[in-house]
Amino acid sequence: MTGDPAEAVREMVDTVYRTDSRRVLATLIRLLGDFDLAEEALHDAFVAALEQWPAGVPAHPRAWLVSAGRFRAIDRLRRESVFDASRAAIVEQLGPVTAPAPDVNEEELEDDRLRLIFTCCHPALPRDAQIALTLREVCGLTTEEIARAYLAGAPAVAQRIVRAKNKIRDSGIPYQVPSRADLPERLDAVLQVIYLVFNEGYSASAGPSAVRADLSSEAIRLGRLLADLLPDPEVLGLLALMLLHDSRRATRTSPEGDLILLDDQDRSRWDQAQIAEGAGLVERSLALRRVGPYALQAAIAAVHAQAARPADTDWNEIVGLYDVLLRVEPTPVVELNRAAAIAMRDGPAAGLDLIDAILARGNLTDYPPAHSARGELLRRLHRGRDAEAAFRAALARVTQEPHRRLLEARIAGLSRSDQF
Amino acid sequence: MKYLCLIYHEEQARQTMLKEDGDKMRADYFAFTDDIKKSGHYLGGNALQPTASATTVRVRNGRTSTTDGPFAETKEQLAGYYLVEAKDLNDAIHVGARIPGARFGSIEVRPIMEIPGA
Repeated sequence: MTGDPAEAVREMVDTVYRTDSRRVLATLIRLLGDFDLAEEALHDAFVAALEQWPAGVPAHPRAWLVSAGRFRAIDRLRRESVFDASRAAIVEQLGPVTAPAPDVNEEELEDDRLRLIFTCCHPALPRDAQIALTLREVCGLTTEEIARAYLAGAPAVAQRIVRAKNKIRDSGIPYQVPSRADLPERLDAVLQVIYLVFNEGYSASAGPSAVRADLSSEAIRLGRLLADLLPDPEVLGLLALMLLHDSRRATRTSPEGDLILLDDQDRSRWDQAQIAEGAGLVERSLALRRVGPYALQAAIAAVHAQAARPADTDWNEIVGLYDVLLRVEPTPVVELNRAAAIAMRDGPAAGLDLIDAILARGNLTDYPPAHSARGELLRRLHRGRDAEAAFRAALARVTQEPHRRLLEARIAGLSRSDQF
Repeated sequence: MKYLCLIYHEEQARQTMLKEDGDKMRADYFAFTDDIKKSGHYLGGNALQPTASATTVRVRNGRTSTTDGPFAETKEQLAGYYLVEAKDLNDAIHVGARIPGARFGSIEVRPIMEIPGA
C-alpha cells in the first residue's frame, strides 16, 4: 500500500472492476438495450470513475457506475445522431439524459445478472455461441482467453460472438428471465452450457492443463452464481456434481499425464472442503423433492467421495441411485454405469450379462467405455483372452492419447496376472 | 416485431392422412387462427397447395426460364405460413409452438426485416 491517494483510488477502481463490472454490464445491457453500447458504456463508466473518484468515492459505487455509463452512452449517441439517423431513434427511446437515475436497487441488479445468463444461453443461439458469449459477457473472459482455452483462433471466437449478438438483436431475443412455463427447458440449456465448460476444463482432451483447469473453476463460479440467484434443485445438483468431480482433480492423472482410475487414486489428496460442500448441496437439492439427473449424478459422486477406501463404497446405495437416474434419464450410458455398479454389488458375472445385453442392442457399439468396462469384468472372471479382446475393442475406438495409454497398460497387465 | 412462421412438413404424410385426422387438423387450424386473432398476434396466413403445383421462375441475362417444381427439394416441404406480430422472439416461439403443424412437422420462425423509410 502506498500513501498516494490517487494510487489508492486506482486500486479501489480495479477492485470494483473485478468484483462488479459484470453486474454493471448486465444492468447497462437492460437500460441501453444493446450489448455493444453497454460494453462501451461500461468502459466509459470506469474511465469516469478514475477521473472523478479521487475527489470523493461515491457511497454506492455500483449504482454510480450504472448511472455514469448510461449518461455517457446517451451523450455519445446524441453526438453520433447528428450524422446517423438510426442512433437518433435509439436516443429517443432512451429518454432524456437528465431523467432521474434508473432503478438500480439490489434486487433489480441481481435479476439483470440472470437476464444476462438466460440471454447468452438462449436456445435460438448455436451451442458454440452460447458458450463463447457466456464466458465473454457473464464471466468477463477476453476473446483471447476463450480462444486459448478452446484451442481456437481469436478471430473465430470473436466472429462467433459478433454473430450471436447480431442474432440477439435481429431476431428479437428479449433480455428477460424466462416465464415459469419456459423455465425448465431454458434452465436446462444454461446448465448444459455450464457443464460443457466444466468438462472442457476437466477432461484431459487436449491443450495446456492449467488453462483447462481455469475453465473448470470458471464453470464452478458460474454454478455458484446461478445457485445464489436461482436455487433450483438441478442448479444445486450441478454445482454439487462439479465440486465433487473437481475434488479429485489432483489425483486423476499422474505427473506424466497418465489417467488414474478411481480405485487407484490417492484418496488422502481429495479436496475434503469441496467434498463437504458438494455433499451438503446434494442434501439440499434432494430435500427440494424434485429430483433431476444432475442431483442424482452428484449423489452418486458423493457416495464415492465419502468412502475412505474403495472397499468402503456403498454399492447398494449407488445401484439404488442409478435405478432412479435410469427412470429420469433412460439412456444407454446410464444403463452401462448402472451395470458396472451392479457388478460391484452382485459380482462381475451379473454386470457382464447386463453389458452384453446393452451391446447386443447395438446402442453403445462405438462407445469405448462399454468395451473397457466389459474387459474389466472379464478380467475379474479370469477370462484373460476375452478381456484382452474387449480392451482391444475399446482401444480401437478411443481418440485421446491418455485413454489409449491406459488401455495399453491394462492389456499389458493382463498377461502377467490373469490365467488364459 | 413481425415474424413469419413457416410451416414445414412431409407432404406425403398429409396426402395419406385418414379423413378423420384431416378433419381434426383443419378444425385445429381454425381454432388456432381464431385464438391468435383474439390475442392480437395474427397479421395474415395461408395454407399452400402441394409442391406438385409449384413453378420456379428465374431471369438470367434478361431471359426468363420457367421450371416445374419447388426451388429446393427438401425432406419437409413448405405447406403454409402465418405472419404474426409478437413482442419478441420468445413470444413468437410461443405462437409457433401452438401451430398444429408443429406437432408433426417444423415451424421456422423468421423475423421480418424492418427497412427504414419503406
